[in-house]
Amino acid sequence: MVLATRTRTGRTARTHGRPQARPPSVARLFWRSTLGKKTVMAASGLIMLAYLTAHVMGNLKVFFGPEEFNAYGHWLREMGAPVLHREWGLWLVRILLLAAVAAHAVSACQLSRRDIRARPTAYAHKRPRASYATRTMRWGGFILGLFIVWHLLDLTTLTVNENAQPGRPYENVVATFSTWYGNVIYITAMLALGLHIRHGFHSAAQTLGVGGAARDRALRAAADLLALALTAGFIAVPVAVLTGVVS
Amino acid sequence: MKLTVRVWRQRDAEAPGAMAAYQIDGISEDMSFLEMLDTLNEHLILSGEDPVAFDHDCREGICGACSLVINGDAHGPERTTACQLHMRSFADGDTVDVEPWRAAAFPVVKDLVVDRSAFDRIIQAGGYVTAPTGSAPEAHAAAVPKEAADHAFEHAECIGCGACVAACPNGSAMLFTSAKVNHLAALPQGAPERERRVLDMVATMDAEGFGGCTLTGECATACPKGIPLPSITAMNREWLRALRGPRR
Repeated sequence: MVLATRTRTGRTARTHGRPQARPPSVARLFWRSTLGKKTVMAASGLIMLAYLTAHVMGNLKVFFGPEEFNAYGHWLREMGAPVLHREWGLWLVRILLLAAVAAHAVSACQLSRRDIRARPTAYAHKRPRASYATRTMRWGGFILGLFIVWHLLDLTTLTVNENAQPGRPYENVVATFSTWYGNVIYITAMLALGLHIRHGFHSAAQTLGVGGAARDRALRAAADLLALALTAGFIAVPVAVLTGVVS
Repeated sequence: MKLTVRVWRQRDAEAPGAMAAYQIDGISEDMSFLEMLDTLNEHLILSGEDPVAFDHDCREGICGACSLVINGDAHGPERTTACQLHMRSFADGDTVDVEPWRAAAFPVVKDLVVDRSAFDRIIQAGGYVTAPTGSAPEAHAAAVPKEAADHAFEHAECIGCGACVAACPNGSAMLFTSAKVNHLAALPQGAPERERRVLDMVATMDAEGFGGCTLTGECATACPKGIPLPSITAMNREWLRALRGPRR
């Protein structure tokens, strides 16, 4: 009777008697899984989102005049002092952001390749699937990657900013937004950013498992609000230069 | 009703397929979509052509065998299975496109028939409760709160048809897998294998070549049984929890 009711152990049942290699480590299991890569995307996305929130608040100081804005720019280099040496705080943030961008991009590429492979044949009867923000996540993300490169060359290294003067961020911002292409690149990228955050923030919450039927409306509202506030906040600066409010 | 039906014809798994158009007359609006295909097949057989192969079994919306993408929608325009879809959902003179589920993990066998055994392997990886079987246990032996029972039943409704995979632009099986994970995680009977189950089912889902979830929501819209999108969120939560907890 005892024998008749005894069940096989879980492992024997699962492997069908095949010898099993040592189970992979948690880190390996995590990175191999689509869910693990999605978690990396969510976490790195939230790091970048937190940075952007601080970034937009700093940008809006441009409305308080060149002295305050430039002083803020210089403080960024002193950030963390006197605990940290000059520029160390800034470099720590830069390294964290670079790691976040790299992790986000690598996961996105690997997941996208997998997704495209999983659906090799398109339907003959076409219809739009998902919202505009959802459909533009991949291209939008790619555009944002290119934008970051231009943005760093323009206002950090001043390589492509013709009228730039080192140590004078306020004047450099005005110089960038005094060119037509500066405005076009920046405003396009910020619209792409808004769309990316709209779908990305909500998705990150789902990936990290914090969403739910009860919280879904609140999360969607938060995603829309974040997207709108960040896009409007960033675009306010070129619009101010264009209209002569900041000069 | 008179219709133009454009159907995916593919001789076997290796042969290239193409859409073929058929004119069909005398369709009643009270016919089910599958009965319309039966009528088409009658004509094809009488004229000496190969009938259209399609999966069907119970024809009452509970077995999950039918698997047709109709005008780009898994199971067609109504939120039901193709067998419970009636021709009154179409108008006289319409052109209707009928295609098989499209996903790398669901290869076409013939015409509209796809191989969905990848779903069976996901279930085999952990979509069960390891328990001594025999006569049914006493119903009050394991107390289940009403909310948990309702939650489990909502997910147990999944019939494994694969509409979620067919609708997903990434061919992802997240909604299917999450239905079983949520169903068993809600019940005391599922508790002993809770962590192992989600890890093994997700690993098998990935290994079968399904895509990842990008939260488009297409799966939950297509699901004839109304498995909700937040089930995927709950599975993500279960997976992260299992990764932290005991797993061997």
